[in-house]
Amino acid sequence: MHAEEKMTLEKWPASPERQTLEAKNKFVGFWLFLGGETVLFASLFATYIALKDSVPKSDMALAKDLFEIPLAFAMTMILLTSSLTSVYAMYHMKNFEFKKMQLWLGITVILGLAFLGLEIYEFNHYVHEFEHTFTSSAFGSAFYTLVGFHGGHVAFGLGWIIALIIRNSKRGLNLYNAPKYYTASLYWHFIDVVWVFIFTVVYLVGMVG
Amino acid sequence: MTNEQLNSGNPKADIEYRRKKNAEEMRHQIISFALMIFLTLIAFVAVGYEGFSGWFVVPFILILACVQVIFQLYYFMHMANEGHEAPKMFMFSGMLVAFLTVLTYMTIVWW
Repeated sequence: MHAEEKMTLEKWPASPERQTLEAKNKFVGFWLFLGGETVLFASLFATYIALKDSVPKSDMALAKDLFEIPLAFAMTMILLTSSLTSVYAMYHMKNFEFKKMQLWLGITVILGLAFLGLEIYEFNHYVHEFEHTFTSSAFGSAFYTLVGFHGGHVAFGLGWIIALIIRNSKRGLNLYNAPKYYTASLYWHFIDVVWVFIFTVVYLVGMVG
Repeated sequence: MTNEQLNSGNPKADIEYRRKKNAEEMRHQIISFALMIFLTLIAFVAVGYEGFSGWFVVPFILILACVQVIFQLYYFMHMANEGHEAPKMFMFSGMLVAFLTVLTYMTIVWW
């Protein structure tokens, strides 16, 4: 089976993301990358935990002054839901339903944009209301590096998925682009995995004190 | 490249079988999603409720986070499916280093 061969429902294989050699290599390579990303985020988490609430002056805002349940909760729900919509898109990919897959990826993108918008609002709020900036304290540096790095991943993931949606809009599904969609969805889930630890370790533990 | 699809010689029956299998998998995904939302709610409520002490809440929500990540990796990212030996090795190695890094910073680094 050639990667660019025109596909029909009858010919569509059970695991379209791992049919060609290129796809298999991409699959293994991408998981290796995710293993590396785990370590990268671990170092940022470790730094944050070590430097949490390390501020030079006693009147500066600490984690328990900054974080609020409603915003962290809204961001968590939005990103968690976007994980489900991208799973749904991959379900349609396996059933060779190109239009539905594109639609659900589009919904994933909208949810991702909403998440990013809330994060921008949040950072803006901390900077202007609490003077909690990247350079104000070690706590600030560690916080913005960790959460900002995650936000950067969300932005990159959005760009990636949007590029796939547009680039393949007239092409339809084939064994060349199915692995591309699959790796993008894996990346999106990984972003959610990291967020689960961010909302727990940074926001919830921060609010406990 | 060999095609891994299951062939009975009757393409219509194959498609139906696979659709059913995919729908079955999607049902599992929805169940994991519902459980993940549930765990998230418990974590937020545990923090919002004033009655619990931090010594209980912090380890409790960390365990909830770990359970939720297992759902993500095994169901949403399909690590429970066959053919994921290499991903498992990469992720478990990554997690081991991650654990050691966090442990180190929490115990021996300046305060």
